[in-house]
Amino acid sequence: MKPAPFAYRDPDTVDEVLALLAEHGDDAKLLAGGQSLGPMLNMRVVSPAVVVDLNRVKALAGRGGSASGGFVIGALVRQADLEDDPAFAAAQPLAAAALPFIAHRPIRNRGTVAGSLVHADPAAEWGGVVLALDARIEVRQAGGASPRTVAAEDFFTGILETAVEPDELLAEIRLPPWPEDARWGFREFARRRGDFALAGVACRFEVDGAGGGRSVRIGLFGVGDTAVRARRAEAVLEGETPGPEVFAAAAAAVQDEVEPLDDGHASAGYRRHLAGVLVEDALADAWARNGGDEGEAA
Amino acid sequence: MSDAVSELRDVEVTVNGTVRRERVEPRLTLADFLRHTLGLTGTHVGCEHGVCGCCTVRLDGAAVRSCILFAVQAHGRRIETVEGLADGESLHPLQEAFSDHGALQCGFCTPGFLMTAIEFLDRYPDPDEEAVRDALSGSLCRCTGYQSIVAAVLDAARRLRQGG
Repeated sequence: MKPAPFAYRDPDTVDEVLALLAEHGDDAKLLAGGQSLGPMLNMRVVSPAVVVDLNRVKALAGRGGSASGGFVIGALVRQADLEDDPAFAAAQPLAAAALPFIAHRPIRNRGTVAGSLVHADPAAEWGGVVLALDARIEVRQAGGASPRTVAAEDFFTGILETAVEPDELLAEIRLPPWPEDARWGFREFARRRGDFALAGVACRFEVDGAGGGRSVRIGLFGVGDTAVRARRAEAVLEGETPGPEVFAAAAAAVQDEVEPLDDGHASAGYRRHLAGVLVEDALADAWARNGGDEGEAA
Repeated sequence: MSDAVSELRDVEVTVNGTVRRERVEPRLTLADFLRHTLGLTGTHVGCEHGVCGCCTVRLDGAAVRSCILFAVQAHGRRIETVEGLADGESLHPLQEAFSDHGALQCGFCTPGFLMTAIEFLDRYPDPDEEAVRDALSGSLCRCTGYQSIVAAVLDAARRLRQGG
């Protein structure tokens, strides 16, 4: 349970990081919070020749509101930084609500949002959150190529696999401006507080002038190879008047469309059941929130 | 890679108020640095992958898992371990509360619980039981159950609010 030997590099600038990645490619691993990489190094699941520690790169530590009204999260921003930031809670209530569910405080004190995303555990909360928020993820590579931006829905490509290539750096996450009067819900079920969720959901929708659901996003985690949007369930609510019957129909759609995995923690069938229950509850939470519709907000 | 991996790094850290300088391999975890290099064996190593909480120490005040942090990353930083809690022969109020409530049996997990709880009580001096249980949920005890540990942390919060 000790890491294999590696060379350690701790550059000061993004350009130096990118140069190291260009030089070492697959032989290098980036270290930010280390809360996923650390265990993998200790268990020798990975044995990189070079570990590139990002922690001295101040340009990656920034967070805050963007000119467009969104919120930018640099690659070194730790979960606890956001958890303790009232400005983040005010700007991005759904993501803020998910933070206390992520592991435990000592893990959140080191672990980064970017690290969670790029590790891409299918049960990680941030997967569902970035899908629900239509987040955009900026990726940089060496050689002066301009940064490319990956939409959240194109980001996850498989279990522990993302659109970020071995010679690329996930530089920042951009959460778009929060839509006025958007409703949101977050639910997960884990056997113990802080465990990876057996299933979870982050959802958001708006209500159009005619009272129908609009811009419905339902991001699921823990119910398949990757975090995934529940597109059929989204379609159930889109344009329809929110309420218990529609939410139940969305839950049924989710149970039809998800493809959960069997593992030692839960059967696929149980996860499928949970996904429906959690979506129904999260949509009801969303409807009840921000005033909801009086009388409907039971 | 053979040349690169043999590179040692100088690390200077302040541990419980004392500056320590050592030369280490990059792959040395902070937990093993504390225990083997500095001889501070109060920090215990359980699972070695960040799950059990036994190795929790404070890094610039924040509770962290020392088994998934490398000693080289602590360069220039301040570390507090369980050895720094007591004032000479006089136990910290949190340690006194653990003793009074029998909040330990074999004691292996205790340093991690103490370092997790002390950081939590710094941020939440007057917690309710639910908050204490949540804060301790990342630390595993395999012998006593958690009842007396939760009682001790709640009692310690009262003692600390009354000035120890």
